[in-house]
Amino acid sequence: MSQPTQEEELLAQQALAEAAAIQTGSEVTSGLSQGQIVRKRFFGHTGALIGLAVFAVIFLLAFTSVGAFGIPGWWKYNHVDVSPLVNDGTPTSSLWPFAWGEHPFGQDRIGRDLFAMTMRGAQQSITVMLLIGGIAGAIGAIVGGLAGYFRGWVEATLMRLTDVIIIIPLLLLAAVVGQIANRRDEGSWLTGFAANNGVVILGIFLGFVSWVGLARLVRGEFLTLREREFVDAARISGASNARIIFKHILPNAVGVLIVNVTLTMSAAILLETALSYLGLGVKAPDTSLGLLVAQNQEAFATRPWLFWFPGLFIILICLSINFIGDGLRDAFDPRQKKFRAKSAIETAKHSSATTAPVTRTPKGS
Amino acid sequence: MLTYIVRRLVTAALILLGASFLVYLLTALSGDPLQDLRASNAPNRQALMDARINLLDLDTPAPLRYFKWLGGAAQCLVPFGNACNLGKNIAGQPITEALGFALVQTLTLVTGATVLAILIGISLGIVTALRQYSALDYGVTFMAFLFFSLPIFWVAVLLKEFGAIGFNDFLRNPEIPPAVALGIGAVLGLIGAVVVGGAVKRRLIVGGSVFAAVSLVLFYFSLTQWFRNPGLGPVIIAIMGAGIAVGITILVSGLKNRKALQSSLIVVGIGVIAYFAVQPLLNDATGLMIFLLAIATILVGVAVGYFMGGYDRGQSMRAAGLTAFLVGALLVVDRFMQAWPSYFNNSRVRGRPIATIGAGTPNIQGDFWIMSTDTLTHLVLPTIALILVSLASYTRFTRSSMLEIMNMDYIRTARAKGLSERSVIMGHAFRNALIPIATIVAFDIGALIGGAVITETVFSVRGMGFLFIDGLLHTDPNPVMGVFLCVAITAMVFNLIADLAYSALDPRVRIKA
Repeated sequence: MSQPTQEEELLAQQALAEAAAIQTGSEVTSGLSQGQIVRKRFFGHTGALIGLAVFAVIFLLAFTSVGAFGIPGWWKYNHVDVSPLVNDGTPTSSLWPFAWGEHPFGQDRIGRDLFAMTMRGAQQSITVMLLIGGIAGAIGAIVGGLAGYFRGWVEATLMRLTDVIIIIPLLLLAAVVGQIANRRDEGSWLTGFAANNGVVILGIFLGFVSWVGLARLVRGEFLTLREREFVDAARISGASNARIIFKHILPNAVGVLIVNVTLTMSAAILLETALSYLGLGVKAPDTSLGLLVAQNQEAFATRPWLFWFPGLFIILICLSINFIGDGLRDAFDPRQKKFRAKSAIETAKHSSATTAPVTRTPKGS
Repeated sequence: MLTYIVRRLVTAALILLGASFLVYLLTALSGDPLQDLRASNAPNRQALMDARINLLDLDTPAPLRYFKWLGGAAQCLVPFGNACNLGKNIAGQPITEALGFALVQTLTLVTGATVLAILIGISLGIVTALRQYSALDYGVTFMAFLFFSLPIFWVAVLLKEFGAIGFNDFLRNPEIPPAVALGIGAVLGLIGAVVVGGAVKRRLIVGGSVFAAVSLVLFYFSLTQWFRNPGLGPVIIAIMGAGIAVGITILVSGLKNRKALQSSLIVVGIGVIAYFAVQPLLNDATGLMIFLLAIATILVGVAVGYFMGGYDRGQSMRAAGLTAFLVGALLVVDRFMQAWPSYFNNSRVRGRPIATIGAGTPNIQGDFWIMSTDTLTHLVLPTIALILVSLASYTRFTRSSMLEIMNMDYIRTARAKGLSERSVIMGHAFRNALIPIATIVAFDIGALIGGAVITETVFSVRGMGFLFIDGLLHTDPNPVMGVFLCVAITAMVFNLIADLAYSALDPRVRIKA
């Protein structure tokens, strides 16, 4: 790595560290890497931590309870088993005294266990969400990065392609590809795979249409970063395009990417549940949270729990992802002050010209 | 400027061509349009299949079919040619006809919801920005995150259950138990105390008075069965009008501008007199008449402001005009309430006014007020659902935009030269914060028509979303393309408007021609 780059990075880090130190009111610490700073800021964000914890619990619960990838889980039922109705299907769990009971979330009319169905649904929804996030993030980064770095005809082509896709409203486009992903009538290679892994296909297809917003953001980021002095210095010292992109620009653009992938994922959960609700996403006999809500909305008057639990899980997953995204945004964007009321009020009271926090850093906007 | 617009339009047309080709191919690929016939056991199966193949022109490969469709669609560009041909749907209905109907349905559904969401969202955003890090700010931030995460179909089912079925049951015997009245009063009082901010004493006074007022009003409603026979009457209109006049004056000019306050109050007085004058007129109202009356009302208000004058005539005119509009709205609300009992007892409604599905009660007969009430009762639930899910983004966006502006140097300058906090916020901060919000609003309006697919499905409104999903489920590209064209063209036009508006509002941004 060339000398000016390191200096630049060092300066940026010092400014960041100073800003962080002033904001947290601790002693000045030197020599923190960007990753360390981001981690520290992220773990200082209460909302994000709670979101992370909730998501981790739901993730573990969903994937271990009914089993995944052919591995059996610890819960005694699965989402298709029919068992005799216990207590007319009302939920058997209680908070005080805490007990799970036979069917903690109750049963539906024909006796399927709602806990198993909800867990299976959460599993499918989370799978789709992660696939959309991963694929959209990768395509968005590649397209946006190439367009922003190489400019010229590459940019023109890629950005016109983005324009073409972005003009189609995402829900409408997703509905169309969801319908394609559910096609089962041909004897193609897809059919055999899709019969067992319907949601994987759905997630991949949805990922292929959700990247456009990300591509635009990443391109903007690359456009600013490629004009910076450390990129010029690297180019003069003979670094290849690949090295400049991966070593010099991408690490600086990764914040924007990660934050927006997280926000895309929280939108993806709602997209998947909405599609399944409309009958264009995950289809029976498999299940997803949106499908569960759709199947059970008529039964609201008689069996409200069938409706409450899947909806609750959609909200919990989406809310926790949103909070994680918010925490990441605060962590990656040094100009945004930390959401801490007490210290903010105190600094406002005691602030003078000398203690104005150095929050402007050389990191691009 | 003109070069810029022309260039944008040419690019837009090319993008539209590419996107429409993509959508057509994808739709045609997405399934088998003959699927339901293949599975049927009808004796004339083959004939039916041939008919559909003929109707949808399935023998032509999809890319070629697209160009045939494009040929028809291109005729729409001929002005006054009346040869617009977007093809027919699977039932043989021309798409142009279906689109016209669906567009009206969708616009009725989304217009009110969007306007309300923007108004409420922006006000909430400003209040939270002004009270940064307060209990109100945290509360609204959390609510915004929660609303972000709400699936609209889930909210819709809850609304149907509690908003419609529950409220209709309540209307059968509209008595509010004292404990419930006190509870609602306590919750609203708490919200009032949180919103008002400031010292503990002030909060307690405001919270307590809100609690007392709300509880008393609810007791009164319960005793008089107000929800069965609602109405405002001139006295309430006068009191509420005075409140509106003071509030508007505080926002527009500040209470120090006595002329503005006086003109607003005069307008309220005229409104109360007009209440008696227009009742016979309102009995045979039409939509056009209400619209003309609204314009006349605003003009009267502006005129009052003009003749009152004062050191800032513009402020008086604005305050009086806004007050006049709101008082006029009160009169209309009162007239709706007068029509409520006859709507309630209508043989088609049968005492269950809040509807859960559809866009109107089938075969209902009545005058303008009955019909409008019918539309409104069908719009209530979808509107609430749409507001809930779109409120959050406006609130968050306004808050951050406002916070950024409040830290600007010129705000400090405005404070330093001794301006009142009101004119700093309303005159300097809010106007500048509106610039980015205006572009967001333009984008959102562009995306509106296609954005209510789920809401339309849940509430069985046969709008654009329904047309799209229905076409998709039958693998029928023509309705899908029709909807796509409408949505894409509005989106592009409004994107262009957003860019132009930005440069018009912010002189620092200049369009490169």
